[in-house]
Amino acid sequence: MVNNEAPAVVVRDLHARRGRHPVLHCLSLTVPRGIVMGLIGPSGCGKTTLMRSIVGVQIVQSGEVTVLGEPAGTASLRRRVGYVTQDASIYDDLTVRQNLAYFRAVLGVPRGDVDRVIEATDLGSNAGQLAGSLSGGQRSRVSLAGALLGSPELLVLDEPTVGLDPVLRVELWGLFHRLAAAGTSLLVSSHVMDEAARCDRLLLMRHGEVLADDTPQGLLAATGTADIEAAFLALIAEHPAAPDEAAS
Amino acid sequence: MTPLRTLATAGRVLAQIRHDPRTIALLLVVPSLLIGLVAWIFSDTTVFSTIGPAMLALFPFVVMFVVTSITTLRERRTGTLERMLSMPLGKADLILGYTLAFGLLAVLQSSIAVGLSVWVYGLEIEGSVWLLLSVAVADAVLGTTLGLLASAFARTEFQVVQFMPAFVFPQILLGGIFLPRDQLPAGLEEISDWLPLSHAIDALRAVATDSEDAAYVTAELLVIGAWIVAAVVIGSITLRRRTP
Repeated sequence: MVNNEAPAVVVRDLHARRGRHPVLHCLSLTVPRGIVMGLIGPSGCGKTTLMRSIVGVQIVQSGEVTVLGEPAGTASLRRRVGYVTQDASIYDDLTVRQNLAYFRAVLGVPRGDVDRVIEATDLGSNAGQLAGSLSGGQRSRVSLAGALLGSPELLVLDEPTVGLDPVLRVELWGLFHRLAAAGTSLLVSSHVMDEAARCDRLLLMRHGEVLADDTPQGLLAATGTADIEAAFLALIAEHPAAPDEAAS
Repeated sequence: MTPLRTLATAGRVLAQIRHDPRTIALLLVVPSLLIGLVAWIFSDTTVFSTIGPAMLALFPFVVMFVVTSITTLRERRTGTLERMLSMPLGKADLILGYTLAFGLLAVLQSSIAVGLSVWVYGLEIEGSVWLLLSVAVADAVLGTTLGLLASAFARTEFQVVQFMPAFVFPQILLGGIFLPRDQLPAGLEEISDWLPLSHAIDALRAVATDSEDAAYVTAELLVIGAWIVAAVVIGSITLRRRTP
């Protein structure tokens, strides 16, 4: 495959607005291949806008987003990148299996893949249920299962573990690491700091800017703190908000 | 665009509707009931024989427009549209898939409306009932594709809702129901000539009264067909993969 050596994601000087509100101001970052990259930051810091830009559904004002060696939004990337939105984007009036069967048909991957992703997300006992009748955690797993179809090279997951019980959360993080070990690149956002420790590498975001790009251990060492939350607070203290940002 | 993805989308839309029997019932019988109401209102007069064909154009058109744009609006709101457009689904696959699924419903809906109008409400049809049904189906499909076009144009849900009165009401006002089109002031008549619902109403009236030959009705059907194709094409082009 061409561009196999290129990083999973390279963002250069990205400016983007969500609606009319400027969210990303000159953002630059790199997501290496084959690791679980955590995207951590408070709600409203631009995580979703960044992910939408990477997937190619966000109108960007300026800057470059390169995904798997190609410009974000390129048609060929649509089967190489799996995307899970923050709220489960599934059809509530279809069963779990019907949802996945439709996504499968659109992706053009073998039928057997539906069973594989149902198993991977532990949805076997719910496969015949209407998605609308499932719990929030189950619905987000259906959404995740859809993104796993066709084993994309990059998974962009926007808060995939929200509303999940601790056992399932641990299981999913186990799944993410197994995928990464098999060569998949993952960008996983969260505003739960204790999830950050599970990532191979972290991007800490605030006000549309990257405060830190390091491993969890490196971050703790650099800030002299004992947990990621404390490290994040220490970094904020080092980078006081610009006056216009503080106002917003 | 690929036939497999278009058909998968049509199948998906139909599967969704199949899980909601009430929607199917409303979709299939509401236009017929409204036509029946009009027939009832005018039961002691001869008005229904004049406006009946126009009602056969109006209600299925409006119902299909509203149902289609609400369905696509819901797809936008729940994030599934964004998801599908981040996947290898052609924009035309989506629009055509919806057209096929709702087109099938339009056939059923129009068949019920035509059947009830002719055999229960006593609408007198001088021409061919099959031709009447063909025009009625084309008219309902037109409602579907214009609904798709409206929601493709819109970037937000709120805009979708605004497009309903903007797209539909002028066509009703200028379609010749309130005032025969040839009595409209200069300028408005020309505008009404360009509106697709006018052609559907004219064609249904022509079949009902058998006042024109088959070539006239065929020409009107072609105009409606051109609008359907144009709405699908423009809808596919204007649907945005990227949104603000």
